[in-house]
Amino acid sequence: MKTIRIQLETLTCPSCINKIEGVLNKQTGVDEAKVMFNSSKVKITYNEEETNPEEISAIIEKLGYPVLS
Amino acid sequence: MNINTKTRNILTLVSGGLLLAALAVYLLTPGSLAQDIILIVAAILAGVPIAIKAFQALRMKAFSIDLLVTIAVVGAMIIGEYTEAAVVSFLFLFGHYLEGRTLQRTRASLKSLMDMAPLEATILKNGERITIPAEEVQIGDHVIVQPGGRIPVDGKVITGQSLINQAAITGESVPVNKTKGDQVFSSTVSDNGYLEILAEKVGDDTTFAKIIELVEEAQETKAKTQKFMERFAAYYTPGIIILSVIVGLITLNVHLALTFLVIACPGALVISVPVSIVAGIGNGAKNGILIKGGDKMENLAKVNTLVFDKTGTLTKGKPEVTDIKAYGISADELLQLTAEVEVTSEHHLGKTIVKKAEEKELKLVHNPSDVEIMKGHGLRAMLNGQQIYVGNKSGAEKLGIAIDIEANEYMLQQQKNGNTSVFITRDKEVIGIISIADQVREEAPATMDQLRKTGINDLMMLTGDNELVAQKVAHQLGIDKVYAELLPEDKVSKVTELKTSGRNVAMIGDGINDAPAIATADVGIAMGGTGTDVTMETADIILMSDKLDKLPYAIKLAKATIRNMKQNTYFSLITVALLLVGVLTDKIHLASGMLIHEISVILVIVNAVRLVRFPKYQLRFKLLDFKTKTRKE
Repeated sequence: MKTIRIQLETLTCPSCINKIEGVLNKQTGVDEAKVMFNSSKVKITYNEEETNPEEISAIIEKLGYPVLS
Repeated sequence: MNINTKTRNILTLVSGGLLLAALAVYLLTPGSLAQDIILIVAAILAGVPIAIKAFQALRMKAFSIDLLVTIAVVGAMIIGEYTEAAVVSFLFLFGHYLEGRTLQRTRASLKSLMDMAPLEATILKNGERITIPAEEVQIGDHVIVQPGGRIPVDGKVITGQSLINQAAITGESVPVNKTKGDQVFSSTVSDNGYLEILAEKVGDDTTFAKIIELVEEAQETKAKTQKFMERFAAYYTPGIIILSVIVGLITLNVHLALTFLVIACPGALVISVPVSIVAGIGNGAKNGILIKGGDKMENLAKVNTLVFDKTGTLTKGKPEVTDIKAYGISADELLQLTAEVEVTSEHHLGKTIVKKAEEKELKLVHNPSDVEIMKGHGLRAMLNGQQIYVGNKSGAEKLGIAIDIEANEYMLQQQKNGNTSVFITRDKEVIGIISIADQVREEAPATMDQLRKTGINDLMMLTGDNELVAQKVAHQLGIDKVYAELLPEDKVSKVTELKTSGRNVAMIGDGINDAPAIATADVGIAMGGTGTDVTMETADIILMSDKLDKLPYAIKLAKATIRNMKQNTYFSLITVALLLVGVLTDKIHLASGMLIHEISVILVIVNAVRLVRFPKYQLRFKLLDFKTKTRKE
């Protein structure tokens, strides 16, 4: 299990939280995803054998939230 | 395809311009084709980014507010309401832009804290100075800090001396003098001196990095009110959508149904509580008060009983020798002999005596042998062929040592003045009494006064120290109740007892030894969090500067934050009710519905921004403040 923090562009709508968390939590390999709305970060605990940070970032981008780092 | 913030802002601006153009055309020739075309272009420009977001979410099987707005805008276009379509999509985008801007203000405190993070470090490698990014410093590196420089690591000063501004950590801007052997913290600023520091904690392990992480996490912890609002929103949005379908089917009024969709966005409802909490927590962090979440904030605002640990919290925690009474030998001889025995001791009273002997430059020549620690009493040892006991009265009595009236009277007098008396006996005879006291913190009396003014009914004290010493301190500070001679587990049961009697209890201690009691209380407050991770973890609230006077501020801030949160909650609930009534009575339409919605969101954020400036610009709405009104003053 590994934990990463992904910085997104400033989040403005609280409804994004449920969207991002909901989708990420459904992915295989993602143990827990938590959106930190106020710092515009996503904290993700994942299994490094099943997924990787690049894949997770790609999913967030696909949802429409540009990833900064 | 992603549309970034910049492009979206440009689209917002252009569609806003087109709306104005359409208005101009309308004023010249009402109802012309040109007007409709301009409006359609404006609606499409502003609508496309919203539709893309909605589509992206839909593709990942997620429902979003953007979808509601998209449906409403497309619907309005179909029924020929171009003005409504253009205004709604423009307002939605423009609202987002403003929300983003104002939200940044509520997050400003944390941002300004994060800006204090050190970026670069100069280290000594093979006798050469090299500058590297701060996160690349390794443990054990020698870091150089020039006057005016920011310290990049947690560590110990090896050489040099400087006044250091520790505001980033403690919120206290009065500089502290640090010299060889002293602990310094990452992100604090060296004011005037050159320092060489041995790096002990680097990168994400520094106290400063931990503070930032803690505050970030705290801002996400949900307050009870927030959970309620989110549940409400979770029913509200689908409820309104279903209502819009029903209304649409019954009345066949598409316009009315679309209006419902627009007001179904839960904007102000969901954001009203978190913005207040974020602003409040941010303000605290900037002032050296870490509050670990919205729920803790709510609890702190409700506290009516404060329970203090004595040693290290109300007092300085650094005992000093206040008087030496010798019988039959000189005071210096007594001190020297006692120190020679106590040199082996780990007990803080023993250390105090040794320190006093060192201050007087007494030479410790003899080494004690057969040292025996009498738990709860003191210690016994052979020194220079004589049996020496150093400890309390009960220990002496246990050894069968007679204490005469004179010594007893003296001891009682000392205890009444708040001293702890240490008996020294030689071969079963009392040769002296050393009095030791822990001075009350300078800021403590004023702090107690302020606490009472903030609405704390009861101030209490728990201590392991003896009754007389405890009473003395309590009397000095005007503390209502004292529970003395307690073991750590007694402190826990006392706190539990107070809690079950219906009080909202906050326990304030200096960390490790009080950790169980701190964890038990409704609100656990730790002082001086700069040292230990244990403190950081157990406490709900951490006063980073080792000073009591931040406590009234913390309580006032919590109350102001909760007040602000309530104002926002009531406001957003009332707005929702008004919107519903307005739509049903045909007073509010698509565009005006969106306008009211966006204005309410922004007002809620602006209200929270006031907290960033706390204690300035605070409002008190007596009507909304049920809690403070009903409580007896």
